[in-house]
Amino acid sequence: MRDLKRGFRNLVGAMALGAAALGMATPAQAAGEAIAIPNANFSFAGFFGTYDRGSAQRGLQVYKEVCSACHAMHLLSYRNLLEIGLSEDQVRALAASFTVTDGPNDLGEMFERPARLSDRFRRPFPNELAARAANNGAYPVDLSVITKARADGANYVRALLTGYVEPPEGFVVAEGMNYNAYFPGHQIAMPAVLNPDQVEYADGTAATVDQMARDVATFLAWAAEPEAEQRKAMGVRIILFLIVLGGLTYAVKRKIWADVAH
Amino acid sequence: MAIGLHDSSIKNPVIRWVDQRLPVFTMMQKEYGTFPTPRNFNYFWNFGALAMVTLMIMIATGIFLAMNYTPHTTYAFDSVERIMRDVNYGWLIRYVHMNGASMFFIVVYIHIWRGLYYGSYKAPRELLWILGVVIFLLMMATAFMGYVLPWGQMSFWGATVITNLFSAFPIVGEHIVTWLWGGFSVDNPTLNRFFSLHYLLPFVIAGVVFLHVAALHITGSNNPLGIDPKGPQDTLPFHPYYTAKDSVGLIVYFIVFASLVFFAPNYLGHPDNYIPANPLVTPAHIVPEWYFLPFYAILRAVPDKLGGVLLMFGSIAVLFILPWLDTSPVRSMRFRPIAKWTLFLWLIAFFVLMWAGGKPAEEPYVTISRIATAYYFAYFLVILPLLGRLERPLSLPESIALPVLRGGGPMPAGAVAKPMEKA
Ligand code: HEC
Ligand code: HEM
Repeated sequence: MRDLKRGFRNLVGAMALGAAALGMATPAQAAGEAIAIPNANFSFAGFFGTYDRGSAQRGLQVYKEVCSACHAMHLLSYRNLLEIGLSEDQVRALAASFTVTDGPNDLGEMFERPARLSDRFRRPFPNELAARAANNGAYPVDLSVITKARADGANYVRALLTGYVEPPEGFVVAEGMNYNAYFPGHQIAMPAVLNPDQVEYADGTAATVDQMARDVATFLAWAAEPEAEQRKAMGVRIILFLIVLGGLTYAVKRKIWADVAH
Repeated sequence: MAIGLHDSSIKNPVIRWVDQRLPVFTMMQKEYGTFPTPRNFNYFWNFGALAMVTLMIMIATGIFLAMNYTPHTTYAFDSVERIMRDVNYGWLIRYVHMNGASMFFIVVYIHIWRGLYYGSYKAPRELLWILGVVIFLLMMATAFMGYVLPWGQMSFWGATVITNLFSAFPIVGEHIVTWLWGGFSVDNPTLNRFFSLHYLLPFVIAGVVFLHVAALHITGSNNPLGIDPKGPQDTLPFHPYYTAKDSVGLIVYFIVFASLVFFAPNYLGHPDNYIPANPLVTPAHIVPEWYFLPFYAILRAVPDKLGGVLLMFGSIAVLFILPWLDTSPVRSMRFRPIAKWTLFLWLIAFFVLMWAGGKPAEEPYVTISRIATAYYFAYFLVILPLLGRLERPLSLPESIALPVLRGGGPMPAGAVAKPMEKA
């Protein structure tokens, strides 16, 4: 038993040391000029967090009315929107408000038709060059997985959209660029796209810049990790199950070893 | 071995029929049933079994990923996201595979360190140890190529940086790199061959693991005291004693693994790998996966490119000759009062390198890396060879059973049932 305890102690020690090194190694990867990102306390943060459906739906509206003029989200299909609590009729109507190119038909010709549930989100530009041409040479990135593609993604997106402030004294902003407190290097090609009451929320929520930024960040976080709720719920059940199983296994092990001095 | 039906002791007539003709059941019984195992293992001896289970998990999840993955530069990134979104439980399969690679390295690092501490590399287990180092190398190659497959920014730039290392070799360097790439940059041919090899290598690993275990079953296991079992009183049958003990470790391991997969699946990854690969945009910091960081730090500790590459390969090559560098006949560090601390210091140097490898190549990280690198090598090349002669080890116990039983009452006669007072 003494040996066993010592073994366990060694093991726990080694693991703790390893975990500490990992902990130190990981944020280090995001090193560089560190800009502190404020924590927006999103509903989906934490072990049990879920997406606030109302916020995600408002975020969809912001994306649709503002961001989608420049940014594609090509990994999403209209049918995915059923997951944020919209009814099938609502999503069908939303899809039908976009026109997509289909074909070729029996005559070998491409034709236009209203989008269906199974269609991918319509892209604002046919290709990257067209997008750059329309944006002073800068590329509005695809937003499908943006919150996974930036450190502390959702908080970062919210901060970025609210970060258009006056540049500090002496900071020279290049032609066609905008000062942003949270963008690495502080000069971003995207203008401040959110202004108070830019959208009119159907549920009466006041459309402040911060509210819109929060809502669209929630929507984008859901878009990047639509599986997160199912994942966490499954994780809780699996870990509880493993803890019980572990207890039983340990009891069996003790029983088996009971007649061995060690 | 006599020709003719095997003399099987199995009762079930069907199994017996098979066993007489192909004695795999007898073999399993011998190697995993009655196999005599030192009675004093601690929980560090779980990690071989954990590594084996992880390899199986990687192969199982990998096969399902490959069914839905498209190895083409235009589609690879989207196909991985499609797995996450549109394949049933695809996110689970992918996150298990992705984090499984990290768990695999955690397990194998602990497994290797266990070998260093208890002297498991020493005679008669040299070849067993060498096979282990071969597995480690194959794992690194597999993980490196796997990381390229999702074709994110770090996939692309990591592949570019690492393959470019070969250009450091004089004359043939550039040709090797072109040959590895299948072209003049990391591109579709590179992705295709990496996918092919990434699928192949795990099965090669499985083969070497088989040899590793076969060699283990010739010499038998080492143990925390590092002394040989002297007779049946020093050993226990593998089953049920160590099957039960390994099961406990396995469940604890699964809890750690599941925490990562379900609650922090991208914690150990780099956000840049969710940006599709773009040969025209270099990320601010190109960093490899965490498990390569110590070796990456050694590479960058040397101002000369070729020197760095050689030292990096050398840091693993030195493990191959370790059995002959350590001149002490005492295996377990428990009885080596000085060597023990030099090994702990080595472990710290390893973690320091891991930390420094994730930092940009500038001061003070470079100097810190150099000091840690120097110690990493000094431990193997200077300290171990000398200490074997200079250090005075503590006196070794007479047998495994004796210290175990000190004050513990008489030996139970074999595995005869006794009232189970501890249960
Ligand atoms: C007028 C076009 C336009 C609109 C509308 C627009 N963006 Fe952008 N966005 C851009 C451009 C151009 C860039 C690239 C900026 C750069 O690289 O300097 C960009 C970059 C971004 C980035 C990436 C920043 C980074 O870290 O690289 C995010 C996130 C983003 N936009 C979010 C949004 C959201 C959310 C909306 C809607 C509220 C939105 N954008 C609306 C043009 C636009
Ligand atoms: C030694 C065992 C293995 C290791 C260490 C390993 C490691 C990895 C790593 C690190 C990745 C990148 C994960 C990511 O960032 O997405 C990956 C991806 C992948 N692996 Fe493996 N792997 C192993 C076995 C296998 C096997 C046996 C197969 C196929 C039969 C396989 C198929 C794939 C595929 C298709 C991908 C791309 C999908 C993805 O990126 O998630 N792997 N592997």
